[in-house]
Amino acid sequence: MNALTRRRFLLASGAAAVAATAATVGWKDLADRARSYPLPVGTGVLVLVTLYGGNDGLNTVVPAADPAYQSARPDLAYGQGEVLDIGEGLGLNPGLAGLKQQWDNGTLAIVRGVSYPEPDHSHFRSMDIWQTASPDHPAGTGWIGRWLDANGRDPLSAVSLEPVLPPMLAGATTAGAALPLRGLALPSGPLATAFTALGRPSAGESPLQAYAARSITDLHRTVDTFGKDVDAKAKTTGKQGALAAQLDVVARCVEAGAPARVYSVSLGGFDTHADERGTQQRLLTEVDQAVSGFLTRMAGTERGRGVVVMAYSEFGRRVAANANEGTDHGTAGPVFVAGAPVRGGFVGEQPSLTDLDQGDLKATTDFRDVYATMLSDVLNADPAPVLGPGRTTLPLLAGA
Amino acid sequence: MAPIGERDAVRRLLQRLGFGPRRGELDTATAAGFDATLDALTAPGPDAGAAATPAPAFAAVERVPKDPASAQALQQQRTQLVVWWLDRMAAADRPFPERMTWFWHGHFATSIQKVRFANLMAIQNASQRRLGTGDFRALAQAMAVDPAMLLWLDGGGNRVGKPNENLAREFMELFTLGVGNYTEDDVRAAARALTGWTVNVASSSATFVPKRHDPGPETVLGRSVADTTSLVNGLVGMPVSGRFLATRVWTRFVSDTPPDPGTLGTLLNAYGPRHDVTALVRAAVRTPAFRDAGSVLVREPVLWLTGALRALNVPASKVPAGSLAGGLTGLGQVPFAPPNVGGWPAGTPWLTTASALARLNLARAVVNVGDVSPVTAAPKNARVAATAALLGLPAFTPRTAAALAPLTGNPPQLVATALASPESCVSA
Repeated sequence: MNALTRRRFLLASGAAAVAATAATVGWKDLADRARSYPLPVGTGVLVLVTLYGGNDGLNTVVPAADPAYQSARPDLAYGQGEVLDIGEGLGLNPGLAGLKQQWDNGTLAIVRGVSYPEPDHSHFRSMDIWQTASPDHPAGTGWIGRWLDANGRDPLSAVSLEPVLPPMLAGATTAGAALPLRGLALPSGPLATAFTALGRPSAGESPLQAYAARSITDLHRTVDTFGKDVDAKAKTTGKQGALAAQLDVVARCVEAGAPARVYSVSLGGFDTHADERGTQQRLLTEVDQAVSGFLTRMAGTERGRGVVVMAYSEFGRRVAANANEGTDHGTAGPVFVAGAPVRGGFVGEQPSLTDLDQGDLKATTDFRDVYATMLSDVLNADPAPVLGPGRTTLPLLAGA
Repeated sequence: MAPIGERDAVRRLLQRLGFGPRRGELDTATAAGFDATLDALTAPGPDAGAAATPAPAFAAVERVPKDPASAQALQQQRTQLVVWWLDRMAAADRPFPERMTWFWHGHFATSIQKVRFANLMAIQNASQRRLGTGDFRALAQAMAVDPAMLLWLDGGGNRVGKPNENLAREFMELFTLGVGNYTEDDVRAAARALTGWTVNVASSSATFVPKRHDPGPETVLGRSVADTTSLVNGLVGMPVSGRFLATRVWTRFVSDTPPDPGTLGTLLNAYGPRHDVTALVRAAVRTPAFRDAGSVLVREPVLWLTGALRALNVPASKVPAGSLAGGLTGLGQVPFAPPNVGGWPAGTPWLTTASALARLNLARAVVNVGDVSPVTAAPKNARVAATAALLGLPAFTPRTAAALAPLTGNPPQLVATALASPESCVSA
């Protein structure tokens, strides 16, 4: 699965985002500010990589040395000689050669056993929980949306590279902007003038119609702010993967000093109930090439050295394989945090393969503590308004 | 909020139970009245437009071809299937069955990305059309053993002793009950009940193989079930299933505010023991909430596009293929390729900065091949109003009317820009 329904969540977030239209923002002021004040060099930028479908954590960070792993999934398991050794009996999937290099460089941290209490096995509910950071009850806002609400309410602070806005970017009063990959060539002449004018508010129109108008104004602001970076995309060669194409635009924006602090990119297809090994390794190879290529590019530029990538999925998978050389929905999985500011290494305990909860891994780290660390140490924001009080930050950032 | 008037209610009806009015249709339907329009929409009968757009007949393919020419032919079938369905939506004279097929495609959301065979997607699509206005139980039974569905949710590999939970979980969570209305033990038991089916791609069919089936019986939600038929009958028969389906219908056809308990009761009475989908939809649009001014919905991209095609009297196949495919991709909604088994979202996620531009570009491509003569024929100072009428929209807001006024000398640009207006993005 790829985007998210999400059913209950999108309905709720839709309602919340409608409320957002009530707030009037000085669009022109913001656009001017974005142009006049690019992001200062060294500012932390967070790139969120969502892997939709439930990536199999045990075949990503592989406990190949554990006999319980080999016996639980004989047809699916990787041998010790196949994985890329990262110590403590663990190895990276053979598709992750580029990230192994990041690990060796000390710029990749792997948070192990990440989930939340009473994990849900539904893609949609679990992805809702990750994107809203609300395991206890359905929430109408995403965690980055709440960060937007609490930090200046500028839609351009959080940008999605997907045509449909992921729920994590929808706040109560602010929703992030979406950048199209195919370029931002606005029309010219009288049609352009008319189209721009359609973005103005009109008294008495319905909230959804007002929302549509606002998206047109936001589009023009987005073109003002990001246009030249995205349009440079024309140079890109054809056979680029979907994730690499998204990260390519992110790289251009970061290098240009665009004002976004958060970018959202994604890849789907991880729901491997059957024939998992080949499918997952192909997908992980795509992730690896896209992310490690992006990290290498970012490490080579002044602005890029503030970038931190966080990659996660809505759950891992059942420890034992099913009959189709695949795995059914599970619970805890690893979260990857990478970039020049990152302190490489393991964080959190590897879940036991023998002390299971109905065949599933027991979580050792709460994902909200990973988020709290990103908010506090990458975005320099107080996690409490976003995640509630009492979260613990993790030692993921070198300077923190 | 205040109720809307008769003409606006009829407009909603044509937009939501169909794909929007054709030229002049709103006037005719308003004259006939809401009830007569609803009856005409939902009555069965011959459909010359549908008959003139027969589904493509794809030969069964034994396996995904390795040679580039055959692989390209398979890809070509996929494109052909998408364009055909859009043509059918634009051509249907009785659009309700087609509109319900689109609804069920989003409900039993299956993607050709994994299924890969266009002929199997076409078979599923035909089942959803044939059964989509009748007894939900019959549709659910058909979907549980549909070849494309079995490939999509790995049902074909679910066998005794080695269950695969994918189909069982989604069938309960997304198709019949809703999340939270079953336990993990129910998922595991339901998976065992569903064992035994295999897909034969060469003959485009699913076969039950008794020796692959776990005879059970299993206990699912307190009921004893032994096979697919008894499982699906049990699930659809649960009261929570009716509430789940009624709420789904409500949010897609009426309002993003859930129905109050009294209204939900009305819907369930109509749905009744016969699981009557058409009666459910009819009851939903006859509630006071359907005429509430606040019951505005965002038009999902395919419904926005087919509305434009019908208003401008042009088939999708006339739109340059690259513009059509690029437009749908940019808007985030390609038929037969939902993002996941949950289908497409509803509401504001469609209204992004990126989609605002994609909508304008696709509108320009459609207008280029469409018929805007009613606007051209109007005197310049009446062309903005003529555009609203052509597109079946209410009068434009002062904002949009002022924005469009400078384009009255260029009707194609006028209509294309109007199609990208906030008014066009919603079913008001």
